[in-house]
Amino acid sequence: MTLVLRMLPPTLRDVRRPQRMVGRNVVAYRRQWLIIFSGFFEPLFYLLSMRVGLGDLIGTVKVGGRAVPYDEFVAPALMAASAMNGAVYDSTMNVYFKMKWAHIYDAALATPMSAGDVAVGEISWALIRGQIYAVGFLCVMWGLGLVGSPWVLLALPCCALIGLAFASVGFAVTTFMRGLSDFELVPTATMPMFLFSATFFPLSSYGSWAWLAQLSPLYHGVALVRAANAGVFTLSSIGHVAVLCAIASVAMTVAARRLGRLLLY
Amino acid sequence: MAMTTPGPVRVAFWHAAVFKRLWVTNVLASIIQPLLYLLGLGVGVGSLVNRTSRATDVLGGVSYVAYISPALMVTTAMALASTESLWPIMSGFIWKRSYHGIAATPLGAGDIVGGHALWMAARCVVAAGAVAFVLAFFPEARDWGLIPGVPVAALTGIAFAMPLMAFSILRKNDVGFAAMNRFVIIPLFLFGGAFYPISQLPTWTQVIVKFLPLWHGVELARAFTVGDIGGSASLGHVVVLLCWTIGGSVLSYRFMRRRLYV
Amino acid sequence: MSQPLVSARGLVKRYGDFVAVDDIDFDVERGEAFGFLGPNGAGKSTTMRMIGCVSPPSAGTLQLFGMEAATQGRQIRARLGVVPQLDTLDTELSVMENLVVYGRYFDIPRAECRRRAKELLEFVQLSDRADSVVDNLSGGMKRRLSITRSLINEPDLLLLDEPTTGLDPQARHVLWDRLYRLKHDGVTLIITTHYMDEAEQLCDRLVVMDGGRIVASGSPRSLIEEHSSREVLELRFTLDGEVDRGSDITGIGERIEVLPDRTLVYADDGEAALAAVHARGVQPISSLVRRSSLEDVFLHLTGRTLVD
Repeated sequence: MTLVLRMLPPTLRDVRRPQRMVGRNVVAYRRQWLIIFSGFFEPLFYLLSMRVGLGDLIGTVKVGGRAVPYDEFVAPALMAASAMNGAVYDSTMNVYFKMKWAHIYDAALATPMSAGDVAVGEISWALIRGQIYAVGFLCVMWGLGLVGSPWVLLALPCCALIGLAFASVGFAVTTFMRGLSDFELVPTATMPMFLFSATFFPLSSYGSWAWLAQLSPLYHGVALVRAANAGVFTLSSIGHVAVLCAIASVAMTVAARRLGRLLLY
Repeated sequence: MAMTTPGPVRVAFWHAAVFKRLWVTNVLASIIQPLLYLLGLGVGVGSLVNRTSRATDVLGGVSYVAYISPALMVTTAMALASTESLWPIMSGFIWKRSYHGIAATPLGAGDIVGGHALWMAARCVVAAGAVAFVLAFFPEARDWGLIPGVPVAALTGIAFAMPLMAFSILRKNDVGFAAMNRFVIIPLFLFGGAFYPISQLPTWTQVIVKFLPLWHGVELARAFTVGDIGGSASLGHVVVLLCWTIGGSVLSYRFMRRRLYV
Repeated sequence: MSQPLVSARGLVKRYGDFVAVDDIDFDVERGEAFGFLGPNGAGKSTTMRMIGCVSPPSAGTLQLFGMEAATQGRQIRARLGVVPQLDTLDTELSVMENLVVYGRYFDIPRAECRRRAKELLEFVQLSDRADSVVDNLSGGMKRRLSITRSLINEPDLLLLDEPTTGLDPQARHVLWDRLYRLKHDGVTLIITTHYMDEAEQLCDRLVVMDGGRIVASGSPRSLIEEHSSREVLELRFTLDGEVDRGSDITGIGERIEVLPDRTLVYADDGEAALAAVHARGVQPISSLVRRSSLEDVFLHLTGRTLVD
């Protein structure tokens, strides 16, 4: 166990009370719950639009040998995407704002809290926010009759993993940002991922370009959630989990190392 | 006798000067974004749509890419109009206070409003032109009818920009902007007739959509490529777009005067 | 002989090629109010950050409460209160929420946080604003809240970086009064400031910093006695410079300092010096006799004034 701990960067080893950062965010968002609530609507609108508009035009899509109606095909992908978006916002713009303008982290670091506490706490919060959206979306799916199997409950831990991966990457990316305009790069990355992770059309439609979709971290999340909804898990599901775990650990290491340098100059 | 530049044009020059620093990223974004949507939704989803006979009936026999191409020009203009007519307007009063600076010169509220309209039209022409340029690379989308689509997109752009400007002038903080984006612009983008005919939607939704500018711009642009341009329907679309533009401009002018000359 | 609360030897802080703090030594005794006086850029804030165990020193040793700052930062910070130069209050939260969230960083139970917060808000006279969002408070109130927050963990040592910069005179006096009471209650204070009246009023001992080094140390009185005279005569002359302001009055008083806008004559008896000036036939436009201050100490040591 100590061997594993020793492989972590020093910042991550010095973690004692990360939940205090989560506590701070809960208190702050209690006033602004409307912001969290409204973020829930975008994937919902996408789902409704696809269902009402395109569902009729497309009919069914073949997934894993089964033919599912289009909205049931798209729904798990949108759930994964909403977990991604929930995690990304709270690990990029918001973090930069707290660090450079609001000096939230400076205040915490003057107390027994360490840089590791801050990093782990903030990533946890981004993850929690992603999960809130995932749970909400799952309820909507259930209400619209788009749930394929009781295994869909496993989609929630899958979304937690997606949230963890993207929160870590978001945090790591933010430590490299030098100014507000750099943040325009974030949608430049999330938008293509959103469109091209087998979200709106299956991998088979890509033809020889299928490998491109598999490069997207979101694709692995989408595939996992879709498998959960269908209740069909294969060896490739383990592969998807492994990819997301690898991304999360690399990103967290980078973030932890750089965060220490940024906050404790 | 020297010819003086009209006030709105002078304000538009100011916008251009600010833009000079950012034009590269902006133009790149206005090419790349519609390209991505074209590939993602047009080609990708299109492959699913084109197989079914139901789609052929509803879309009138055209491929999905050809169906959404003109709409992409118009939605790009709408997105641009909303980005430029929400936060930056408030910035002109509160953060950068640029409008107060202009008001101290011989220029007035009317010039600022007119300048915004002129500048938005110019940017929409460039953005829609860039989209048309990208579309020309796709055989299914390539069509001379895309060219008149550029002024249509510009008209739709200012049909959004002016009412949004009036909305923004009244704001004291930026809370309403996120709501406007989330609950008006994005739903319109999804349900406004760009990606499928609005006949697919329930009647009450169709009524709301027909009231707003996007559907009119999309249908008008589509009429030049896959539809039929003659007839009263096209004229009706133009009238609605003009109503939104003029109505928005009048309100913007009134609110601007009230806020500047306190 | 009790050990000093804070002890630094050979402390250095480098940012790349720039040396912000250049080999300083100091001790702070328990229960005293200790000051770092100097102009902007002298290295005071950097030193404070090192004492606060937030910035690692580049070289030298630093000990607080008998613990090493380099390795036991977390335990040390648990016993410190920090009031930074620029408020780091959470503007999204209310006054009470700020105090409770900060208290939780110290692992203080929530109910205890609330109890202490209520007491402290009374101490700084902010009880009626407990539920206001911080954004709506004035500058003086925000500073009082910062001080309140720094006391939530009942610290043994309070670090205040430029506590009254930017405040109006009345707010400054309210703050000084609160700090006196804290000192009276046994809290050790370390203060940085570039206001000499603040240093003279609050500090038992202080060091004068310039360009990252300590140029003098001692109590305010001893510093004045050592580096300045008891009184100062300030003379202003006409602008046409007929009078060579320095040489015409050489020999009067202990020392003469020629500044851009006035000439200072350091003497134990200012009125006598003024009489001597007039006796030489020199006619200044205006004259002023005042007591010596730390500003004069700084001027003597570095040739510059405290406020640029």
